[in-house]
Amino acid sequence: MTDPRASDGRSEAAEGAWFHSDAPAERWLLSGYSRDPRERTILLELVARVVFPTVIVFSVYLLFAGHYRSGGGFSGGLVAGQAFVLRYLAGGRLDDSSTVSMRPPVLIGIGLTTAVLTGLVPVLFGGVVLESASFTFAVPLLGKIKVVSSLFLDIGVYLLILGVVLDLLRTLGSGIEADIAAPGGGPR
Amino acid sequence: MLALVISHLLVAFLLPPVAMRHTRAAYLVAALPPAAALCWALAHAAAVLAGNQPVERVTWSATLGLEFVFRLDTLALVMTLLVSGIGVLVLLYSRWYFETPSGDAKRSAPLLLAFAGAMFGLVLADHLLTLYIFWELTTICSFLLVGQSGVSRESRRASLQALLVTTLGGLVMLLGFIVLGETSGTYRISELAAEPPTGSAAAIATGLILVGAFTKSAQVPFHNWLPAAMVAPTPISAYLHAASMVKAGVFLVGRLTPVLSEVSYLPVVTAVFGLVTMFVGGWRALREYDLKLLLAYGTVSQLGFLMVLAGSGSYTGELALAGMLLAHGAFKATLFLVIGIVDHQTGTRDIRELSGVGRRLPWVAAMAVLAAMSMAGVPPMIGFVAKEAAFEAYLGAGPAVAVEAGLVLGSVLTVAYTARLLVGGFASKRDTMPTEVHPPPAGMLLPPAVTALLCLALGVAYPVTDELAATYAERSVGHSGEYHLGLWHGFNLPLVFSLITLFGGLTLAAYNAGLNRLRDRLPSPLDAQRGYERVMGSLERLAVGVTGRVQVGSLPTYLGIILLTVLVVPGSVLLIRVTPIEQLRWWDNVLQLPLALVILIAAAGVLRATRRITAVLLVGVIGYAIGGMFIVGGGPDLALTQFLVETLTLIAFVLVLRRLPARFTETPSSLRVRLPKVLISLAGGVFVGFAALIFSSARDTPSAVSGEYLEHAEEGTSATNVVNAIIIDFRAFDTVGELSVLAVAATGVASLVLSARSARRRKHARSDWESLAAAGRAPDERGGKGRT
Repeated sequence: MTDPRASDGRSEAAEGAWFHSDAPAERWLLSGYSRDPRERTILLELVARVVFPTVIVFSVYLLFAGHYRSGGGFSGGLVAGQAFVLRYLAGGRLDDSSTVSMRPPVLIGIGLTTAVLTGLVPVLFGGVVLESASFTFAVPLLGKIKVVSSLFLDIGVYLLILGVVLDLLRTLGSGIEADIAAPGGGPR
Repeated sequence: MLALVISHLLVAFLLPPVAMRHTRAAYLVAALPPAAALCWALAHAAAVLAGNQPVERVTWSATLGLEFVFRLDTLALVMTLLVSGIGVLVLLYSRWYFETPSGDAKRSAPLLLAFAGAMFGLVLADHLLTLYIFWELTTICSFLLVGQSGVSRESRRASLQALLVTTLGGLVMLLGFIVLGETSGTYRISELAAEPPTGSAAAIATGLILVGAFTKSAQVPFHNWLPAAMVAPTPISAYLHAASMVKAGVFLVGRLTPVLSEVSYLPVVTAVFGLVTMFVGGWRALREYDLKLLLAYGTVSQLGFLMVLAGSGSYTGELALAGMLLAHGAFKATLFLVIGIVDHQTGTRDIRELSGVGRRLPWVAAMAVLAAMSMAGVPPMIGFVAKEAAFEAYLGAGPAVAVEAGLVLGSVLTVAYTARLLVGGFASKRDTMPTEVHPPPAGMLLPPAVTALLCLALGVAYPVTDELAATYAERSVGHSGEYHLGLWHGFNLPLVFSLITLFGGLTLAAYNAGLNRLRDRLPSPLDAQRGYERVMGSLERLAVGVTGRVQVGSLPTYLGIILLTVLVVPGSVLLIRVTPIEQLRWWDNVLQLPLALVILIAAAGVLRATRRITAVLLVGVIGYAIGGMFIVGGGPDLALTQFLVETLTLIAFVLVLRRLPARFTETPSSLRVRLPKVLISLAGGVFVGFAALIFSSARDTPSAVSGEYLEHAEEGTSATNVVNAIIIDFRAFDTVGELSVLAVAATGVASLVLSARSARRRKHARSDWESLAAAGRAPDERGGKGRT
């Protein structure tokens, strides 16, 4: 599975030609920009990319399953966040396809707003703050589906936790990495 | 009424986008809500004077007894005429004053309107807490208006001084409000006035409230923030510091005199502080060369005068207060706006540089003369009418004579600085070159023309003014109702006093130059501004000292303090109320044994670790083993969360470790340092262990609450996962609260890390660029750009 070209990347880098010859054939498999080839672990990068969607789906499963089995917005958000952590660990901060385009504080804000609005919506219908209601309806092919309004609070939790993890990556992850790479940086 | 107040604030919120594009149009839009308020007040004027006061109540929080109550009574009517009327004029004037659409202009339109709304709410408030809210809103607006963009150090200092002084007073005042409201059982001002509170509580409350009133109305010794705030653009000074905000203190005393009528010391205190303020302001005004500063000290002096009248509580005193409020609003607004025109068209406000402005701007000078005549108390202006009433109020024996003498002396100073203002600003001087003057736009002349004519009209049409003032004054206890505002009361003492003040003042003004030379030689031992600076300086030194002692910067010390607190507070409780440990078993499930062994080994390993990464990984092992314990104990939700959080913590640790040395720095330390560390950590560990044993054995059957949760989870929330039902449904309010905490914490930590990094990078950037440039290659662009 290892790309044979990756191994001789180092000698080509010395000639300055590796950048063109090392471009991946499939865009989704490897990103164009990458860290120094000496630090690159192609296998990990590839595995991270393959596993990533599965982990995200799993996190969404946890989010929806939380009402009935183990899981919930908190665990779901953490799992989704760790999917991004994996991508970061494999690809480094310049692997820009691994991060969501939304800035983490925005994500945190959306999560908090969703949670608070979920609490306030019942007031519009004459209920009490944070009251929950459940709706059951039939969908062709899927059968009977039950939606509980408190699910939206869970979604808010999910988004907020994901935002917090991404913020962690932004500050302690790529932030410190950029710091070390910057002139005058380096470990201390 | 609430709708009107809200419309001010709403338009103010919507105004910034308009102001960005059409700055001047924004001022015209901003003038609409005050204009509406003015029309509304005028429409209700007849009914209010007849005794039909409109009241509006909006319950804010019924459980806490909080409500917004607005009432348009006569005092509110007088103040509304000032606040809204002058507000409209100042906003119209600003449209021409801010000729270039600068940042100041864009910011000022919404802020001025918001300020007008806050002031409008303040004068209508019939509930102490409603009043307090609008009071502080005006403080905040004035801080933003005086501070402007905060570019100049002067404006920052001035706005901060105004904010600190008035907020301090505001907080003390709130305390007084609470004392007043809690002891008498109501916060409604009208209800309090119907049954004035008595006793020591009312006396204490009065003292506290007076502090608020004195700071806001710039009474000695808090007067210095007002002249300092003159760094703001002239229309803002005109509105905030002449017409409305600074009057809030006087207004408050006037508003509460019926409530505090049982407090005997109120008139004495207001008279003493008011008179001192009147002197200090007038005295300082005679020395100033900046026209605006001269006016500012004049305002301080007049506020002292108003404060004396506000606290009087007598019928004639209140009559004079209402008349003087109107008079001062009209003439001070005119003078500020006129000075603004002079400053705007000549580029200077220094009376040593101005000469012949009156000849070049005859109309402007005429307005200034009208307003100045009112300020000095020359008939037939409203200023004269009101001042006569004030002199009449203190005709009597005993302490009243002293107050009367003080008022006359203060008025002499007023006339003197009025003359100084007129001569300095508009006369032709022999030894000074005539100042170059650009003709002002007509629109700029209109607002001061209106207020200048008001100075005359309110005086000439004194029956109307009297009607307004008398309705207000009639609320005073045991009023006689004999005196009426008027131009002619026959040859009597007040007329004599008026003549004395006029001639005395003009004489003083004539010899003022010589006096100033003398004054400059006199030492000035008491300077309020220096006092303020000294207080602020020592506060800062104290803060630095305290921080230096508390924040020693040593992690072991902080940890030690935390552990000691835990040991002393819950630890002592644990020792005192020894609970027997019941049903102690070695294990519930055999699988717990190997897990415990793993935890013990890892914990011992952490102690022995010399590399940071080893320690972190071992701590992770402990965490995962505890997660295993949760699985064995039958808590899959807990275990899942524990594993996820443990992983994330581990990753965060590893990320940070890149910045830290690989090994722990082991400095050889003496036994004296190590022994306390060992003792504290051992005691901490023993405490936690015992606490866990005791707490877990304290309850072996599900508590009533847990039982309820288990019972209702399925039917109440249709959730089969009780843990999730608790988090998302039963205790959802807690969850939302914790989410907010988490959001704040994450944002805070992120900004700390990012700001520290950008500061560090800026420091390095220049030196590295220079060294790289010297080496003949450009710095790595990609490396320098953080993806943040």
